[in-house]
Amino acid sequence: MDMSIIEMLREALHKVSGFIYPNELELQWSVLIVLYPYITGLVAGAFVLASLERVFDVKAIKPIYRLSLLVALAFLLIAPLPLNVHLGHPERGFEIFLTPHTSSAMAMFGFVYLWYLMVVLLMEVWLDYRKEIVEWSRTETFWPKRLFYKALTLGVDNISPRSLEIDDKIGRILTVVGLPSALLLHGYVGFIFGSIKANPWWSTPLMPVIFIFSAMASGIAGVMLVYMLMCWVRNVKIDMPCLDTIGKFLLTAIIVAFSLEMLESIQTIYEAEEHFDIISLLVEGKLFVSMILIQIIMGSLTPIFLLGLVQMVELSEKARKFFYALSGVLCLIGILAMRWNVVIGGQFFSKSFLGFTTYKMEFAGREGLLSAIVVAILPLLILAALLYLLPPWPKKEEKAASV
Amino acid sequence: MKNFSRKDFLKTAAGAAFLMATRAFSSPVQAAEKFFREPPWKRKKPYYGYAVDTTKCIGCARCVEACKTENDVPREKFYFRTWVERYILRRSGEVNVDSPNGGLDGYLPPADPETVTKSFFVPKLCNHCEHSPCVQVCPVGATFLTEDGVVLVDKKYCIGCRYCIQACPYGSRFFNPVTHTADKCTLCYHRIKKGLKPACVEVCPTGTRMFGDLSDPKSAITKFYETENVMVLKPHMGTGAKVVYKGLDKEVR
Repeated sequence: MDMSIIEMLREALHKVSGFIYPNELELQWSVLIVLYPYITGLVAGAFVLASLERVFDVKAIKPIYRLSLLVALAFLLIAPLPLNVHLGHPERGFEIFLTPHTSSAMAMFGFVYLWYLMVVLLMEVWLDYRKEIVEWSRTETFWPKRLFYKALTLGVDNISPRSLEIDDKIGRILTVVGLPSALLLHGYVGFIFGSIKANPWWSTPLMPVIFIFSAMASGIAGVMLVYMLMCWVRNVKIDMPCLDTIGKFLLTAIIVAFSLEMLESIQTIYEAEEHFDIISLLVEGKLFVSMILIQIIMGSLTPIFLLGLVQMVELSEKARKFFYALSGVLCLIGILAMRWNVVIGGQFFSKSFLGFTTYKMEFAGREGLLSAIVVAILPLLILAALLYLLPPWPKKEEKAASV
Repeated sequence: MKNFSRKDFLKTAAGAAFLMATRAFSSPVQAAEKFFREPPWKRKKPYYGYAVDTTKCIGCARCVEACKTENDVPREKFYFRTWVERYILRRSGEVNVDSPNGGLDGYLPPADPETVTKSFFVPKLCNHCEHSPCVQVCPVGATFLTEDGVVLVDKKYCIGCRYCIQACPYGSRFFNPVTHTADKCTLCYHRIKKGLKPACVEVCPTGTRMFGDLSDPKSAITKFYETENVMVLKPHMGTGAKVVYKGLDKEVR
């Protein structure tokens, strides 16, 4: 028996308020499950941003097309990790793929994930980089890297104009398929929660839609910040038309996500069903800081105001950059808070609607803060590796040559 | 192409309206036929049912004790396969609910007894639902409904994702800290397959808890199902709960 958990729960017994079913003391889904929709959302959002260039021909954001793909890939590789770490039997986790239960949203997510990773994202990145990979495999002087590129070519070194044209065509088709796949991926995460009728805080058909739009907001904000950061690191000038366009899309995504969330809240308040009292107590109490202050005021209204200001008032480049960066950070924090409010908030109240349990995050345990931080940092390390191996921008000398 | 005149349009519209009108008259009959669903115990044999007569429960919690012993349920105050809740309703409309250690620690006399209008006990357990949300959401099919109507968990197969615990509207499931899998009432499947009663039913001194074969028209449980005014918990969930309650108050959650 895991005594540390038992000790923690014994302590938690004293912090219960009202009546809960005795089995409800333990919060089943911890901070790791907060990260899971957060990370998946970043993937979907980054991919949608990439598709804007490819599918909808938004030329202005070309400079961040590849970067968006790499951000999506880096986060996607880590997306199932928090889920698996959280399992009681991680060694059996693979059963989801071997013997999936078709009526389970969670089981089907495995396949949506695999489809998205293997068919859409990896293929698209590979096709897009194929020309460079072949070139690098010939010109790279550092031999392990050369070998790596050689392997990445998958034995195909035909980069004739005709074959590149075909690559581009397939790539375009893949993006067109990829866009609904990305929405499906994250909509599905929303469905995992939205389909639980036992929990009124989760059970709403709007959940997948809210998840999709908040995912777009977080993904766009994430890519935008990485882009700004990388420009600063590489000491190159930020492409302002590109940044301005991203800013517009970010504003749109936040407005839609926020409106949907409010629509959902208004509906809950107006219908005032059986669970209304406990939900109001939840929002006024345990979720006041993370929902009202962080998610709504800081994470939604402030960025809407800042980005709206940029649209309406003529501001200097420096001021715009600052507003974009600030909005991006606030938006990312706000959406993390939103995931927290959904996942943890939804488990605070008893399904008897008569009381609350409590959650104390461990620090070092398997599902503690430390694990969460590692899971959150890993995608950034993978992204750094990807940026090193597959730089999404022309190398300095190539750039100089092209000018 | 032939012109579609105004006359043609009116004819088509009138035809469509007529068709819709006939549907409106005919469909209620069809719907009524569709709504009749034969319960599974008319087809399968045996098919187990469970009933609770709340008017008889004295809150002794011997059932909780028996369950913990019989099924090796961890002896902590937050792991139960069955527990007993006490409801105290007051004149002001206030409702107090408690279940100290699932009922094992006994219940303190209510404060301000003069304000109490009524008080009663409600034993709870897994409802072995016909359309179990927990079975529906299990990603690997480790939890399942048996042919004889019992919802079980295969602990050698459960991956411990806890989705089923989230999906259960009744709080009947917990995460077993020893096996690291989902855990819940099995109706003492190991006992009932030998013709014995579940431990909780066996020890109940007042006959509050009843168990039996619903496919047997002569069994006491079938009589109880058929002749008493019974109710299930959270009927709006549409889970097809098989544990029925007699004397369930509207305040019971």
